[in-house]
Amino acid sequence: MSRRRAVVTAAILAGGLVLSACGTNREEGGGAAGGACDTSKGTLVVGMVAPLSGPLSALGLGMQNSADLAVDQANQNCTVPGYALRLQAEDDQSQPAIAANAATRLASDPNVVGVVGTLNSSTAQTVQPILLERGIVQISPANTNPTLTQGENYATAPQRAFSNYFRVATTDAVQGPFGAQYLVNTAGKKSIAVIDDGKTYGAGLAAAFAAEAERLGATIVFTGKVGENDTDFSGIVTQVRAANPDAVYYGGEYPAAGPLSAQIAQGGLNIPVMGGDALINAEYVPLGGRPGDLGTSVGAPAETLDSAKQFIADYEAANYVEGYETYGALTYDSTNIIINSLVTALGGGDWSEDTRGAVVEAVQATDYQGAAGPVTFDEFGDTTNKLLTVYTVEGDAFVPLETGTYEG
Amino acid sequence: MLSTFLSQVVNGLILGSLIGLIALGYTMVYGIIQLINFAHGEIFMVGAYGGLAMFTYLLPTAIQNQWWYALPLLLIAGAGIAVIVAVLMERFAYRPLRNAPRLAPLITALGVSVALQEAVRVFYPNATAAVPFPKVFVEGTLAIPVGDGIVPIRYTGVLIIVVSLVLAFALNAFVNGSRMGRAMRATSQDRDVARLMGIDPDRVIVLTFVLGAALAGVAGILYGADLGLININIGLQNGLFAFTAAVLGGIGNIKGAVAGGLVIGLVKTLGGQYLPGGSPYDYVWIFVVLIAVLVFRPQGFFGETERVRA
Repeated sequence: MSRRRAVVTAAILAGGLVLSACGTNREEGGGAAGGACDTSKGTLVVGMVAPLSGPLSALGLGMQNSADLAVDQANQNCTVPGYALRLQAEDDQSQPAIAANAATRLASDPNVVGVVGTLNSSTAQTVQPILLERGIVQISPANTNPTLTQGENYATAPQRAFSNYFRVATTDAVQGPFGAQYLVNTAGKKSIAVIDDGKTYGAGLAAAFAAEAERLGATIVFTGKVGENDTDFSGIVTQVRAANPDAVYYGGEYPAAGPLSAQIAQGGLNIPVMGGDALINAEYVPLGGRPGDLGTSVGAPAETLDSAKQFIADYEAANYVEGYETYGALTYDSTNIIINSLVTALGGGDWSEDTRGAVVEAVQATDYQGAAGPVTFDEFGDTTNKLLTVYTVEGDAFVPLETGTYEG
Repeated sequence: MLSTFLSQVVNGLILGSLIGLIALGYTMVYGIIQLINFAHGEIFMVGAYGGLAMFTYLLPTAIQNQWWYALPLLLIAGAGIAVIVAVLMERFAYRPLRNAPRLAPLITALGVSVALQEAVRVFYPNATAAVPFPKVFVEGTLAIPVGDGIVPIRYTGVLIIVVSLVLAFALNAFVNGSRMGRAMRATSQDRDVARLMGIDPDRVIVLTFVLGAALAGVAGILYGADLGLININIGLQNGLFAFTAAVLGGIGNIKGAVAGGLVIGLVKTLGGQYLPGGSPYDYVWIFVVLIAVLVFRPQGFFGETERVRA
């Protein structure tokens, strides 16, 4: 009897695990081929690697929907002669190891023409070499760590790291100093505590910020690190209070930044928290962000751009459940650049894996008027567009404060 | 600086009493059936999510903002859901393995832990990311001026310390003073002889899981109310601390679990403040203390050396 029970228990547990496994591999089907187009040559795949679950899923789902919109429109407009396009979005849960698996799945498919993503700089590091091996072009709408394009010694001896890798987001070597200029020069904060989460993005951004802030005459009175999964920051808040700064700069993402901001207030400190583009999210305030907190982000807010009006209208007409979030317009542009480059590379001919080299060349030569602004790539694969925006929390959301072009 | 030191002590006591509350479940279950119930941390997490679900979907909006109604209801809901999950877990995952070698239930416990975490992640709306937890207690901070600065004490932190200590004393009184408590102690000493004395060990074991889970569920709600958010990793993280606290205090010992929790809270915050490396290394110091205790006093602070059974 007891053995039978054990078997039943095991079966229930196994069933539960299978169910949860199905849940994690959730995949949205791409748009069907437009009925009127010639798709006789088959279906080509636009890949995506982004966090569709996990702490940053709000941003990732906005990216998925925006790419889906671009692919749908290409199918309806018969943009790629002879082929239908399909978006295959793979979940990386913001984890480098899972991102590597996702990239391997995409790389093994001979019909993948290019990959949009990733969101995190740390996941980009594991995805880049896998896609390079198959010569697949990658365009990230969101990676900001400078080493991804310019190598470890980007400040002194920049050298292109991956010939297949491009991004439409400017780097933290620009974003960090841009934030520092606002916080020190405009907001007049002279004594600043810098905290980061130790990840590729957060640590790089915090370092770039601190260097420029000190150059502008501010003092970094405290530096500390937190874990990205921490929820209790009372220990580090006490340390920050002992240093008595008049602002905190946080290199990291909103799931930790929100509660950190709330606990700074609970700790008796009435000072703003500033961060980078990973703070600009609708969840930041519900998780504890306070009015007056600041954040920088790449590009200009889509709502304020004339070029993005059509994108926003189309996105709303498509009735996606989630909003397009911070990277929607940039993802839409990345996807369109891949599709346009594919058309150029095909030149009316047939797809084979050998075409991938021509796609990379076509992306390098891009001169594109996107929803988020004009895009051309420099010799490292970085965008030449250095437009950034400072946001602040008003009520329960970030509102744009000022947009500007970074000048060194 | 005195104010910094005292602030870290306060932070440590708040975290420590919460850890102690969870550790009680570890220590009681081990005391009764010598099982390290690694899924206990997830019971804490499920209690927090269960309470939040009740708050979001069942509680009328009119009451949601009145903490003196909302908080007790949440505590009851969190404890209730934790108890239901724990009883099901005991019935289907542990009881069938009651007489199996000790390693089997330990592995099952790990499996249950992963299954619970994944189940919440997949089925709870938005649980893939951190979820905001409602403010169900007086918000704000008591700022006590001390010499060169202030010592801030969150009202929710005071709530955690008070509730934890009250529940720990109540549990201690129950185990040492009531008939059922005597049955629990008898079962933990020798299950077979207890059965001969007319005690139903199955009932006692279920009661043990129920008590431990209720405390963990309460802890889950307090945790969410204090920090304003929960995520699916909190069970693993705090469960590991609580397990360590139970071992530090002498596993099987109720006073030891609370003392172990307080030690862990203080080591984490004071180690992060004063030891080299700062707060990124605070987890390291907790486990250094654990190793030191296991080397010099393997039975823990309050534990007795294990009797060898015939």
